[in-house]
Amino acid sequence: MRRRDANSARTAWLVVAGLVVFMLVLAGCGGGDDETTAGGGGGSSEELQKLGKGEGEVSLISWAGYVEPGWSKPFEQKTDCKVNNKEAGTSDEMVELMKSGQYDGVSASGNATARLVAADLVAPVNVDLVPNYETVFADLKDQPYNTFDGVNYGIPHGRGANLLMWNSDEVKPAPDSWDVMFDPKVAAKYKGKISVYDESSYIADAALYLMTHQPDLGIENPYELNEEQFNAAIDLLKEQQENVGEYWSEAAKQISAFAGGDVTVGTTWQYQYFALKEEGVPVAASPASQGFLPKEGATGWSDTWMLAKDAKHPNCMYEWMNWIIEPKVNAEVAEWFGEAPAQELACNETENKKFCAEYHAEDPQFWERVYYWETPLADCGNGEEDCMDYNDWVKAWTTIKG
Amino acid sequence: MASEAVAERRSAGHRLADLFHGRERLQVGALLAGPVGWLVIGYLGSLALLLVAAFWSVDPLSGLTEKSFTLENFESLFNEPVYRDIIWRTVRTALLVTVTDAVIAFPIAFYMAKLASRRGKALLVVAILLPLWSSYLVKVYAWRTLLSANGAINWALDPIGLSGPGYGTTAVWLVMSYLWLPYMILPIYAGLERIPNSLISASEDLGASPFTTFRRVLLPLTFPAVVAGSIFTFSLTLGDYITPRLVSNDQFIGNVIFSNIANNQPFAAALALVPIVVMIAYLLVARKLGAFEHV
Repeated sequence: MRRRDANSARTAWLVVAGLVVFMLVLAGCGGGDDETTAGGGGGSSEELQKLGKGEGEVSLISWAGYVEPGWSKPFEQKTDCKVNNKEAGTSDEMVELMKSGQYDGVSASGNATARLVAADLVAPVNVDLVPNYETVFADLKDQPYNTFDGVNYGIPHGRGANLLMWNSDEVKPAPDSWDVMFDPKVAAKYKGKISVYDESSYIADAALYLMTHQPDLGIENPYELNEEQFNAAIDLLKEQQENVGEYWSEAAKQISAFAGGDVTVGTTWQYQYFALKEEGVPVAASPASQGFLPKEGATGWSDTWMLAKDAKHPNCMYEWMNWIIEPKVNAEVAEWFGEAPAQELACNETENKKFCAEYHAEDPQFWERVYYWETPLADCGNGEEDCMDYNDWVKAWTTIKG
Repeated sequence: MASEAVAERRSAGHRLADLFHGRERLQVGALLAGPVGWLVIGYLGSLALLLVAAFWSVDPLSGLTEKSFTLENFESLFNEPVYRDIIWRTVRTALLVTVTDAVIAFPIAFYMAKLASRRGKALLVVAILLPLWSSYLVKVYAWRTLLSANGAINWALDPIGLSGPGYGTTAVWLVMSYLWLPYMILPIYAGLERIPNSLISASEDLGASPFTTFRRVLLPLTFPAVVAGSIFTFSLTLGDYITPRLVSNDQFIGNVIFSNIANNQPFAAALALVPIVVMIAYLLVARKLGAFEHV
């Protein structure tokens, strides 16, 4: 008995020792791998020069409502590229999914594009192979969130502003300001009924509010915050936290909360707003006469279809990128989702002839009040690395929720 | 020609058989190489990589790990009070769910093992296993609907002037207790089945009250089973992050790992060590209490 115990103890130690060796070997291999990818990265900046035959399918990551049967089925019929779509709820999720290497493309917002490029997960896009690109709105081309070092990394999809939505039976009078969510006195009326987007990028919504309500902080861009400005936004969000009913990151979760009466006012996307309208829930949002914006303006997005670096179906992905900005399709997508189209010619194809006017698609000035999602960087253009970077934002978001 | 090939193959087979004949170690080794290899490389290997990653840092923009040694991740883990709160909340909920499940599961398991008719027993086993056949997400969303302000629970409680807990910490506790209950009932049921009825009768004959019988006979004998069940309920609660997200605003360890995994894998890895350490401590305490002695 004794002897056997001693033996098994020895075996256990051997196993542990073996594991440690194995770990070290793995760690070593990890280092080696990295160098090779870095080396390969340089070569990949060559973009596709000629379109080949479709590969029979294409795997996409998209925001809810971007890939719907209404326009993906006709695409499949036309190109023989079967569409596999994976919806993601946050930009973080999109970056994480792209790291898996199983997807050909992604509808990335501005707070994902820079990270995707920096992580070498996406390839440059040759816009000459996308005929419809020519008539994309000029103020969407060559923007800092889709063009890096002068190289084009994607095709604009459309843009819009995050909405303020409320239950029109419960919230009266109709709010025209983000006060209902941020001003402690006003928000306290809806304590436990406020619905907030659950991602660090929401810090920018607080910063945007402070731009109007605490101008002495000197915030110029809600994504470029120095420590003082950042802390002011965090304090505001911590105050807000006591009134929050629910943080949401899946569209479905927010829809069920509004439908079930658990929340009555919150920040949302057009997708949820229309879904709730369809269900007959009495919801309202800032009207078209205000440009769908509360008086402070809003955060928003300008999305870009990007091509995965190691896409298995690049030709089908190019077909998709061209298809999504086809005037008729882009009009359908924009109307279905409720956002401004990226394609100039789409404005002639919308069912609602005033659609482009209502959504200010052709009005570059309007978009100056909409702050598209960006990745926060330490360097915010003043030559000093004194801004809070993305990891600071993520960590702060955890502390806000407690 | 064909027969020649067969002969050759057979002789190869013979040679192989000769090789193994009488060599016990080789036999066992060949038999275990596959499963053990999978365990070490696929399972422990990925775990090891995770642990190593906890000592790395990250490039803030690309989210790519930089493989240089740092203790930064652990520093912020210990220094930021918010992480202590989150860890404590997670462990507390796991303990609470475990105790709740044990208290509910014991009577049910006892009824199944000792009192129910054969048919009743079969029915109960099916009733307990049935929820395990439906998807986890469906069950959590069902609870989300039940607990909603306009949901069934409030509807049922409204006539007597009460209201349900709504979303929040209580909801997490309720839903988790519901989700993991079968994992507690089944081991306890198996443990009780193995206790001969004569022991209970003997205890009674010797004048013990039902409570004394439970305390001095049943509980010591089923203790390993309760601990086995508690390992399930405790570890499953410790690792869950979807339930807290769907029925509350509470952050669990898993939620913070999830929110960091896209851009700060090393920090996520450091956090992932916490449940491992907690689980090891839990198992050591269980061993100290004698849970593994009679298995």
